[in-house]
Amino acid sequence: MSTIIENKTKIITEASGFPSRDVMLDLKDLKKVYPTPKGDYVVLEDLNLQIRKEEFVTIIGHSGCGKTTMLSMIAGLNPISGGNISVLGKHIKGPGPDRGVIFQAPSLMPWMTALQNVMLGVNQVFPDATKGQRNDIAKYYLQKVGLEDAFNKRASELSQGMQQRVGIARAFAIKPKVLLLDEPFGMLDSLTRGELQDILIEIWNKEKITAVMITHDVDEAIFLADRVVMMTSGPRAKIGDVLDIDFERPRTRKAVLEHDDYYKYRKHLIDFLEH
Amino acid sequence: MKQSITLGKVTKFMGLGFLSTFKDLFTGKLEKEDFKNFLRKVVVPIASILLFIGLWHMGSKSLYNIEAEFKIEKALNDQGPAAAEALRACIASGDSSCQPNTLPSPSQVWGSFESLLRDHALISADKAAFIEKTAALNEKRLAEGKDAITYTGRPSFVDQIFRSLKTVFAGFLLALFIAVPLGIFIGLSPTLKSSFNWFIQIFKPVSPVVWYLLVFMIVKTLLIDSSEDSSFTISFISVGLCSMWATLVNTAMGVSSVDKDYINVAKVLKLGNFQKIFKVVLPSSLPLIFTGLKITLSVAWMVLIAIELLAQSPGLGLFVWEEFQNGANDSNAKIIVAMFVIGIIGFLLDRLMLTIQNWVSFDKTDAI
Ligand SMILES: Nc1ncnc2c1ncn2[C@@H]1O[C@H](COP(=O)(O)OP(=O)(O)OP(=O)(O)O)[C@@H](O)[C@H]1O
Ligand SMILES: [Mg+2]
Repeated sequence: MSTIIENKTKIITEASGFPSRDVMLDLKDLKKVYPTPKGDYVVLEDLNLQIRKEEFVTIIGHSGCGKTTMLSMIAGLNPISGGNISVLGKHIKGPGPDRGVIFQAPSLMPWMTALQNVMLGVNQVFPDATKGQRNDIAKYYLQKVGLEDAFNKRASELSQGMQQRVGIARAFAIKPKVLLLDEPFGMLDSLTRGELQDILIEIWNKEKITAVMITHDVDEAIFLADRVVMMTSGPRAKIGDVLDIDFERPRTRKAVLEHDDYYKYRKHLIDFLEH
Repeated sequence: MKQSITLGKVTKFMGLGFLSTFKDLFTGKLEKEDFKNFLRKVVVPIASILLFIGLWHMGSKSLYNIEAEFKIEKALNDQGPAAAEALRACIASGDSSCQPNTLPSPSQVWGSFESLLRDHALISADKAAFIEKTAALNEKRLAEGKDAITYTGRPSFVDQIFRSLKTVFAGFLLALFIAVPLGIFIGLSPTLKSSFNWFIQIFKPVSPVVWYLLVFMIVKTLLIDSSEDSSFTISFISVGLCSMWATLVNTAMGVSSVDKDYINVAKVLKLGNFQKIFKVVLPSSLPLIFTGLKITLSVAWMVLIAIELLAQSPGLGLFVWEEFQNGANDSNAKIIVAMFVIGIIGFLLDRLMLTIQNWVSFDKTDAI
């Protein structure tokens, strides 16, 4: 059975691409060098990855291999040393609201209310909408993440989990083309983590925004993803392997756990990480 | 969301939490465990005040005796035993013309305080009478396009307090309007930061006296044709320049150390410069800016006394100086009154700033 999966991943990596009109995000020969006192440190080199429209991709890899580096380069927050990144065929230049980011720390403005935090982005992205319309957008997404009672609570008064919910609402509300998530649930307890995964996937099922999410949690990676991308260890990290997750959507956690393929996927990922 | 504001919360907010312990004492709400707290927050402070007054009293008494003996000795040597005896009798009688001039006792200071208040009442009455008397005349003068006659009598102690407060607030506002914007610019740009650093480091430790002289040189020239009294202008500008450094440094530091995540959010959303500054950078550096402003206000109040004295600008500083020069026998007591008034007002200003700081800051952890 496992050979079948291996064959599949081979086909995808070797074919190196899909019809170009389906590609949302394209990383080509990406390279990142950090200058350090002891000379240049090459974190990423020859990294190639294509992500389709409406695809949910999770990324796993050893700590320090360069996942955050790659994601922040896609976000435009970290300069590219070589190669290029394009969204819908156009090279990116710096950050922009077409690539929403959910950071590991919720990074809400603590002096603003939940609603104001979401509005900050909405105002910026929909300047032509009326004030009422923008308010409705922000409230809609806050409701979606289950915060209908906390619109006017200050971010500093919210729990970590609630803050990250606002972070999710803020990211979806600006309707980005690509959503980038860097271990968004890494700081939460496992119960809250599960809740937020459900919320995230529920909104995502509706909006189908192309998503790239870094995680350390193999189960999370399988549950959420259409494909799991495995990065090799640094320095000079690149894409090591790609695993297709063929569960139908919408998924429930129960169905996924009971699926015959689940443990094969899991074994594949753990084998990769343990090498 | 409902928020109940109780006396306890408000006083605690203002850093006057011990007041609510008083309230509990009178409403009988004090519990057993509170007793220790009560001891710590009420009994010990009161005891320490009493101890202070007691030590002060004894200290001034022994200084008085030393001074008296010295005077009598001197009279004995200069004028002979008869004069010495006369002086001893005079001192013992409490006659004010021959009292030894030294550290006044607590009761003398309290007496001076009362007499200063009486003096204020007299002057106020005088002023009110003057205004009433000249009201009709002034109306006529104004109608004719002439200046109104104003009261030019001696200011009372209370008037001088308010004059000092006016000067300090003018200086504080000047510092605020210079240091905060400048601090923002410096904080936003690493280039400006390094190029301004030497400037700040050099001017920060300059003494109030030198600032006063500098301002004096400039203002005198600028206001050369103006008939108006420049002492107020000079003193508030000096106070402002002296005290603005803490705010400048703190603002620059606050602005340049905004959490990187917030900056990244601003970048992802492509906020414009204006939005970035007013929605992200400023609010997040407010706590540090306010710490700076608090220091600025207390420095302003502290240097004010010296600067008023130099500038001959009416106020507590000049009051102290004039009393010192005056050398009347209750002068020393008046100086001590002024000292307490200065100290207490300084403390209240600090509490005021703390209250405002708690009000605006988003993290409600107690700032000190
Ligand atoms: N600004 C920087 N300057 C120099 N080296 C850096 C810098 N940022 C990251 N690195 C190094 O680059 C490597 C990759 O870092 P990165 O944060 O991308 O790893 P990561 O895969 O996200 O790790 P983790 O799973 O722990 O979050 C690490 O070795 C790190 O020390
Ligand atoms: Mg990381």
